[in-house]
Amino acid sequence: MEVILSTLINGLSLGGIYAMIALGYTMVYGIAKMLNFAHGDVIMIGGYLIYVFMATNNPLLAILLAVVGCVILGVTIEKIAYKPLRGASPLAVLITAIGVSYLLQSIAQIIFGSATKMVTVYEFGAIKLLGATVQISALVTLGVTVVVMLVLTLFVKYTRLGRAMIAVSEDKAAAQLMGINVNGIITVTFAIGSALAALAGLFYLLKAPSVSTTMGSMPGIKAFTAAVIGGIGSIPGAMLGGILLGVVESISYKITAIAPYTDAIEFSILIIILLVRPTGFLGKKRREKV
Amino acid sequence: MAMLEVNNLTVYYGVICALKGISFEVNEGEIVSLIGANGAGKTTTMQSVVGLIPKKAGSVVFDGHDITKTPCHKIVHMGMTQVPEGRRIFQELTVYENLMMGAYSMKDNSKFKSDLESIYARFPRLAERRSQIAGTLSGGEQQMLAMSRALMSHPKLLMLDEPSMGLSPLLVDQVFEIIKDINKDGTTVLLVEQNAGKSLAISDRAYVLENGNIVLSGTGKELAESEQVQKAYLGG
Repeated sequence: MEVILSTLINGLSLGGIYAMIALGYTMVYGIAKMLNFAHGDVIMIGGYLIYVFMATNNPLLAILLAVVGCVILGVTIEKIAYKPLRGASPLAVLITAIGVSYLLQSIAQIIFGSATKMVTVYEFGAIKLLGATVQISALVTLGVTVVVMLVLTLFVKYTRLGRAMIAVSEDKAAAQLMGINVNGIITVTFAIGSALAALAGLFYLLKAPSVSTTMGSMPGIKAFTAAVIGGIGSIPGAMLGGILLGVVESISYKITAIAPYTDAIEFSILIIILLVRPTGFLGKKRREKV
Repeated sequence: MAMLEVNNLTVYYGVICALKGISFEVNEGEIVSLIGANGAGKTTTMQSVVGLIPKKAGSVVFDGHDITKTPCHKIVHMGMTQVPEGRRIFQELTVYENLMMGAYSMKDNSKFKSDLESIYARFPRLAERRSQIAGTLSGGEQQMLAMSRALMSHPKLLMLDEPSMGLSPLLVDQVFEIIKDINKDGTTVLLVEQNAGKSLAISDRAYVLENGNIVLSGTGKELAESEQVQKAYLGG
C-alpha cells in the first residue's frame, strides 16, 4: 500500500514535469505547425541558469531569472532560426530545430564544460503520508504543475490572447483576417513554452540536484512522446499524455523484472497508440486546407 | 475619391504568373464585382489585396493609405476585411466565440454587445445556435456566420469571395439579399463570384477577369447585357 502510494505520487509528479514540457511542444506545434526539437535543450539552459543565479543565494530570485532567461532564449531562437523559414518545407524547419538543439548543447559545453555540475536549489526533505515516505519536492512539483495547467487552460479559453491562439492554430489566414498578428501570437507561444521548460528544468533539479549539457535530451524526447500520445496540438492531450507516461515510468521502475526496459516500454506505448489511434487520445483529425 | 485603388497588381506563384498587372477601383458606397471563370485570378486578387499573399509588382491604396506592403492584420485594423473563399469559420469554436473573434480588431469593447444583438436580430438562426460548435452548422448557416463575423469589425470595405459557393438556390438568393442590405447600411462591397448573373444584378460596376487580366469593365447592367459576357458567363 505504502509503495503504491509513493510510486503513484512520484509518477504523478514526474508526469507533471513531462506534461509541462509536452505543453511547449504541443502549443508550438498547434500554432506554428512545427516540431521544435530544441525545446528539450531549453530545459537544460534553464537548469544552468538556475545553477548560475543560485550565486545570489536566493532560490526564488534564481528561478525567476531562469524563467526570464529561457523566455528570452526561446523568443530569440524563434526570431533568428525559425521565423525566416516561415513557409519553407517542414523538413527544413525540422532540421533547423535539430541544429539549434546541438547548438545549445555545444554552447553550454563551451561555457560550463562537460562535467556535471551539482546544484541544490532547496532541501525540502520528506514526509510520511499514510505510512508512505514521500519527497516533499514531488508534492511541490505536482502542486505547481496542477496550478500551471489550470491557469494555462483558463488563459487559452477565456482571454483575448488565448482565443487568438486557438484561432491561429485552427486557421492562420482566417485569423489574420480577424486582425490577429500571427507572428506576435507565435512569439507569445514560444515565450510560454520556454517559461514552462524553465520550470521543468527546476523540477528536475529538485528531483536530482545536478545539471549537464545533455540533461534536456531524454526528457525532451519523453515529453514529445507524451504530446503525441495525448494528441499533438491538443493542450489537454499534452497534460494527459504527460501524466500517463510519468505514472507508467514510475510504476515500471518499481517492478524489478521490467525496470531496465522502462524506456522501451514507454516508447512501445507510443508505437501502439500510433497504430491504434494515429491522432493520439485527444487529437483531432484535421482536414488539410488548400 | 476611390476607397480602394489597385494599380498594375502582379502576383506570381513560383514562376507562374497568376495576375498580369490588373488595375481597378472601388468607390465609396459601391458594390463592385469581379467575375470570371475558375482560375481566372479572382481569389488571388482578393488575397493579395488584403495582404494574405505577396505582390510582385503594383500598388494598392485603401482609404488614402498605401497598403501595398502592409501585413494583413494591420489592413484589417484599418477597416478592410474579407469573407474568404470556403468561409473559413473557426470550426472548433462556438458561434458566439467566432463572432467574438470577428470583433478582435475593435478597440472599443463597449459596442460588442449591441453589435452582437444586431447580428442576432439579422440572423435569428445564429442567435438560436449561439453556443453551438460552428463546425456543426449547415453550409448556409456557416456562410451567415462568416459574413457576420466579418461585420463585427465594422469594415469600411467588405470583400466577399464566392459567398454563394455550395449553397442551395434559395440560400444563394438570400446571400445576395444580405449583401445588398450590408451595402445599404453603408459598407462598400467588393464581390468575387462565379455566379455572374446574380452578382452583376446587384453590382454598381463590375470587372471581368480572364487568365490574370481584366478584359472588360463597366456598370453591372452594361456587362449583363454585353454579348461577350452573356456568351462566356451567363450561358447566353
